[in-house]
Amino acid sequence: MSAFQDDGPLVQAEPLAGYRDPSLTPIIGPTMTFRTITEKISDIVLEMDTPKWWFGTMLVGLAFTVGLLFAVTVLFFKGIGIWGNNQPVGWAWDITNFVWWIGIGHAGTFISAILFLVKQEWRNSINRFAEAMTIFAVMCAGMFPVLHLGRPWLAYWLFPLPNTMGVWPQFKSPLVWDVFAVSTYFTLSLTYWYLGMVPDLGTLRDRAKKTFQQKLYGFMSLGWRGSSKHWARYETAYLLLAGLCTPLVLSVHSVVSLDFSVGIVPGWHSTIFPPYFVAGAIFSGFALVLTLIIPARRLFGIKELITQRHIDNMGKVMLATGLIVGYSYVEEAFLGLVYPGNKYEHFLIMNRMFGPYAPFYWTLVLCNVITPQFLWWRKIRNNTIVLFILTIVINIGMWLERFEIIAVSLTRDYLPSSWGYFKPTIFDMMTFAGTLGFFLSAMLLFLRGMPMIPMYEEKMLLPASDPHGHAEEGIFLEETEEI
Amino acid sequence: MNEEPIGMMQTPNIELPVLNGEGKPSSFEIHASSSLREKEGAKRYWQSVEELADSPELDAYVRREYPSQTSVLIDPVNRRSFMKLMGASLGLAGLASCTVQPKEDILPYVTQPSEIIPGKPLYFATTMPRSGGGIGLLVRSNMGRPTKVEGNPDHPASLGATDMYAQGSILQLYDPDRSQAILHMGDIGDWGGFSSEMAGRAGLMTSSKGQGVRFLTESMTSPSFIAMMQGILTANPQAKWHQFEPARGNGEITALGAQAAPQYRFDIADRVLSLDSDFMMAADQNATSVRYARDWAERRKVSASSTDMSRFYAVETSFSPTGANADNRLGVRPSDFEGFVGALAAALGVPGASGTTSTPRQKEYLDAIASDLLAMKGRSIVIAGGWQTPYVHAMAYQINLALGNVGQTVFYSTPVEASPTDHLASITELAQDMEAGTVDALVILGGVNPVYSAPADLNFASAMKKVGYIIHHGLYYDETAMLSHWHIPAAHFLESWDDCRSHDGTASIIQPLIAPLYQGKTASEVLATLTKNPGSTAYEIVKAYWTGGSKSTDVENTWRRSLNDGLVQNSAATPGTATPAASTAAPSITPAKGFDIVFRPDLTIYDGRYANNGWLQEIPKPISTLTWDNAAIVSKATAEKLNLHVTLQFEGGEYNSDIVQIEVDGHSVNAPVWIAPGQPDDTITLYLGYGRERAGRVGDGLGFNAGSIRTTKNYWFATGAKVVKKGQSYPLAGTQIHFTMEDRDPVRAINFPDFKKDLNYVHEKDGHDWLREPSKEDSFFPAYKYNGYAWGMVIDLNSCIGCNACMIACVSENNIPVVGKSQVLRSREMHWIRIDRYYTGAADDPETYFQPVPCMQCEEAPCELVCPVDATAHSAEGLNDMTYNRCVGTRFCSNNCPYKVRRFNFLLYQDWTTPQFKMMRNPDVSVRSRGVMEKCTYCVQRIQEAKIQSEKENRRVRDGDIITACEAACPTDAIVFGDINDPTSRVARLKSDSRNYALLADLNTHPRTTYLGVVRNPNPAIKRIIDPTLSPEAQTV
Repeated sequence: MSAFQDDGPLVQAEPLAGYRDPSLTPIIGPTMTFRTITEKISDIVLEMDTPKWWFGTMLVGLAFTVGLLFAVTVLFFKGIGIWGNNQPVGWAWDITNFVWWIGIGHAGTFISAILFLVKQEWRNSINRFAEAMTIFAVMCAGMFPVLHLGRPWLAYWLFPLPNTMGVWPQFKSPLVWDVFAVSTYFTLSLTYWYLGMVPDLGTLRDRAKKTFQQKLYGFMSLGWRGSSKHWARYETAYLLLAGLCTPLVLSVHSVVSLDFSVGIVPGWHSTIFPPYFVAGAIFSGFALVLTLIIPARRLFGIKELITQRHIDNMGKVMLATGLIVGYSYVEEAFLGLVYPGNKYEHFLIMNRMFGPYAPFYWTLVLCNVITPQFLWWRKIRNNTIVLFILTIVINIGMWLERFEIIAVSLTRDYLPSSWGYFKPTIFDMMTFAGTLGFFLSAMLLFLRGMPMIPMYEEKMLLPASDPHGHAEEGIFLEETEEI
Repeated sequence: MNEEPIGMMQTPNIELPVLNGEGKPSSFEIHASSSLREKEGAKRYWQSVEELADSPELDAYVRREYPSQTSVLIDPVNRRSFMKLMGASLGLAGLASCTVQPKEDILPYVTQPSEIIPGKPLYFATTMPRSGGGIGLLVRSNMGRPTKVEGNPDHPASLGATDMYAQGSILQLYDPDRSQAILHMGDIGDWGGFSSEMAGRAGLMTSSKGQGVRFLTESMTSPSFIAMMQGILTANPQAKWHQFEPARGNGEITALGAQAAPQYRFDIADRVLSLDSDFMMAADQNATSVRYARDWAERRKVSASSTDMSRFYAVETSFSPTGANADNRLGVRPSDFEGFVGALAAALGVPGASGTTSTPRQKEYLDAIASDLLAMKGRSIVIAGGWQTPYVHAMAYQINLALGNVGQTVFYSTPVEASPTDHLASITELAQDMEAGTVDALVILGGVNPVYSAPADLNFASAMKKVGYIIHHGLYYDETAMLSHWHIPAAHFLESWDDCRSHDGTASIIQPLIAPLYQGKTASEVLATLTKNPGSTAYEIVKAYWTGGSKSTDVENTWRRSLNDGLVQNSAATPGTATPAASTAAPSITPAKGFDIVFRPDLTIYDGRYANNGWLQEIPKPISTLTWDNAAIVSKATAEKLNLHVTLQFEGGEYNSDIVQIEVDGHSVNAPVWIAPGQPDDTITLYLGYGRERAGRVGDGLGFNAGSIRTTKNYWFATGAKVVKKGQSYPLAGTQIHFTMEDRDPVRAINFPDFKKDLNYVHEKDGHDWLREPSKEDSFFPAYKYNGYAWGMVIDLNSCIGCNACMIACVSENNIPVVGKSQVLRSREMHWIRIDRYYTGAADDPETYFQPVPCMQCEEAPCELVCPVDATAHSAEGLNDMTYNRCVGTRFCSNNCPYKVRRFNFLLYQDWTTPQFKMMRNPDVSVRSRGVMEKCTYCVQRIQEAKIQSEKENRRVRDGDIITACEAACPTDAIVFGDINDPTSRVARLKSDSRNYALLADLNTHPRTTYLGVVRNPNPAIKRIIDPTLSPEAQTV
């Protein structure tokens, strides 16, 4: 609490235009005060008895994680052949999962960095949650480039490590760019996430009653005392990191998309990929944030911190990015069908639409183009159950989109003699399901052990944080208590 | 000793990894000795050899038989790995060293043995004995280990080329499943015991004049063996010599007699008509296919200056690779075939010939062929398939006579085989005599396996039980060996001193490249135990035959020269010196209601003798691309009629194929179907050689045994078969799943008259992307200058016959692993060079094209750009090199390769443990582990070797110094490699040919491997059937 009594020079946000719209739900519940915010959030970590559903879900998550460990152990002993990859489909579920997970991660960085810079204060209550998701998603993603190697124990050869042989990575390869993009992304995201948590960890340390909690959070809060100097340096660092993370949102998935654009495989070799992949990433990332946050806010009773307003806003972001993704599909089809400069491209589109994997294509069109159209309606955006289902459908669609691009393009490229098919094995499925389980377990641990909502940032949303000039909103909040 | 075996005993498995990853780990089973049975009283299984050795009787027996090496014999079998055997052999050698060993020199082809330099291979000439003649080989020996087979350019049956079987013989030599010990009643015996027993038997035989003694061999061309055999038969006039090979046709010998065998001159024939002949494949012309394919292709080479082109018709009962190369091909079901041939003979003026055609299509072909052949009198060849009926062979001969071809393009000479025999009649006589109990002793030499391969109605296995004494000599402890009293492991021809003749009579000495790995003996050595010189070694036998025991310098020089050259100079017979005795026969196929059956030796594993050869199992069958299995081949219409489906699965190489039951004359077999274009309707082709039970760990239990419905009556053809869909399905593994060109035109073909008008046809075709081949000057950056060598390759698609020799040569040269059926099902075969086949036209009148695809060595290689660790990089000579040690296995290079020629070790495919395979490998090529990408590098090890040599001699590499493995094996000279910077090189000259084009050139890859387009010369009087069900794109070529 002491932290907020010596308020430093905060970056004062201009309220959103929409914030003034009385018809909109506020971004923080009316009963919230400095005290209740702190209690609400820190009690989940420090005081709450671990609920039964948490154990149940954790068990599921861990079971799948064990499956992952088993699959990976077999993989290390036997080789990639336990998967369904073949000639010509060198990449299938492995890289599909990689791209999908990386995409998932984008929502966190987008929310915490870009929305921070553009002063979208509503993101304050969801950014940590989304960032945690980013960290775990990138962990899941990061497994695949290593696991998919024929000789995974040599993965470090992709790093430019000085060695006596004088051998370097081949810098023209997009896979090397990937290494830099993803590792930078993970490092910065982790730093940004952790840095953002330090003041709250200090709060937890101060409020903790059990010794191990005191020691744990005391260690983790890195000696945070909440002095004005701390706050001043902290705010500067946070702003700088936000600035550093912002280009990463655009660059990481652009670089990932270059894995394909640089290739000459029809279906890969396309200049549209970087923006298309970034939009798709944010699309699927927001969908997963919603998938997780909708049950979490109910289960932890934090609807006043993550309000309908957040849900609504995220729905709008999904609609916007979904439209970009849909446009990209139209663009690809147009280039292949209506503007056939290239027979291979023409064949590719025909093959996607009517070939052996056509059901996948039409499913992904249904999931990624038709489904987001429902988000035009506020009613649907505000119906958490429908929205929850939509987000799952969208993420299935996004996974299929990556599979369609990566694997289905490979099944039929140039020489008909070398055309093939792909069918996953149980190990493909166990590996993917295992990363889902790992992700779930990690998220549960985070929810249980870390402040899932940034307390101090949340407090900045209170009218009391803004005593000069915006009193009317404070009054407004007090008047609409029943919401 | 001749009691019936009382059961199998199981020895511990030899712990060698299973080669194909498929076969059940088999143990070789041996029969219990009578002593054991007495002890236990009933059937008993060994748990271990130690337990067996506990039997005092056996112990005593072993000691008696093998006094000094008992400990070696009773070692646990899993320790009896190769190195242990070597140790044992050395031990024996040590004991034997007290006596002076005879000196047995073999001579290198070029370099003297005294010049052996570690790391430098030597080449020795030898000959692979085949049915009907030998094929001359040069075998590379790396420090005494034969590692690669090449053709002997001086040998008439090879001319430097080889085929699948010759290439695969290296693997057979090192096959760990080969029989490794002499077995007597299932127990390990020894040569001394065998020889002494034979001495007694020889005495018995002499006293009865050979009464009841029978010899069974394959067809024999070995002069020394024949001499010895005839000596025995002369001394024992009651003994009989039978010959049997299941893949050997009997039509020709029945129709034309044993006095004359034909030789064809395809190199000068303007018109060729194949009557169901597969003369380019060794499955039909076992000894001559390489030569015939070369000659045929030689006559077909076209260039801008060609004024005419030969024309090749194929009329056949199945879709053969040879037929696939025909200008006009007609499928005729066996019931109609003799009628067609008779009608054709009549049309060509054969006196007394008559016959009828059954369809208008046949009539159209017949008229066109007849008028074409009549216009080309004396310049054509009519050749009948080895499996065809006596009538067809008689008619083919009569037609050749009538057309004046005999003496021009077809020559008859004295057969090179000893006493040519109708193999079917011979085995039938033997089986009947055995059944009648008149055979007392049967000596089976050279690996004949009648229990598996004799016609089913002869019941050879049960007949064997009535023979008191059976000796089996062969490479494998196979179905027949199991039922024999003695089994003697045969020496592989690469381990043997032997001799043979080639189809034209040229004699050659077979010299061993290595001492027998498993103490094998040659057929002559086994036979010699029955002669007056029982202890003769193969070397003594062969040398005595050829030198006559003379020690004169001249004779010795000739002997050395013959070894060096791989053939005896001037030993060929003069062609055209014999005349067929009989030349008439009646049609023998009776049409019946139901389906016709055609039996064929398998194209890759032949009659089953190569069933345990993983290389040959995994090489795709030339037409279907199936591996590891045979299938019942049916036409599309027949499949529809019977509601049969072959459904492609999503694994990548897996077909789900309906199983049918085929029943003919009371015998039936279940088989998965395969739908092939060009197959005559209502005709089912079954390939022999599968369904082996005792082939080895690789070959056991693969496919189905078509031989189980093959009888003496239905030997090559059957009519009136019933086919029932069984409602089950079976997975078949194919390497190619799409056979149309989809408007990408990887193969560009044209007919000869159009070619003369449009020499540039490979580049000029409206609306095709390949018109837009970017120029190197279009690049933003200056093109790299290749100042030294610039390696390149040209593949003449007009010559490629799709025979697969290059694929196996590549496997052998580059240590390419066998992956097994389960991996082929997942489309993970490892062949660095593959042969694509494409069809155009209708399903029942397809035009087939073969296209070998090695790495294109693109100058602008898409694979190199994307490798993150620089494991694949371009050399200054234009090679796209792979650094296996550096590869981490991202597979990006393979994804980005538009030709899909890269191969990935998804699992540990290479066998790292079997010691024999360690010996087999080419030491100049890295053995790749799992997780590593691999690919063709134009045999970079050969390039380096030639470059080092040239640098020592201070000169440039000359054209022809470097012959890649695929190029060397190719029977038709379709593949040419060389330096394209040297304008005089063959490859540079071919690259300037108007037919030269690059595959997918529009991708700006600038491949170093280019192709010469196909030119065919179909008879304009025969209309092609265009199938409306195929897309218009597929028919544009």
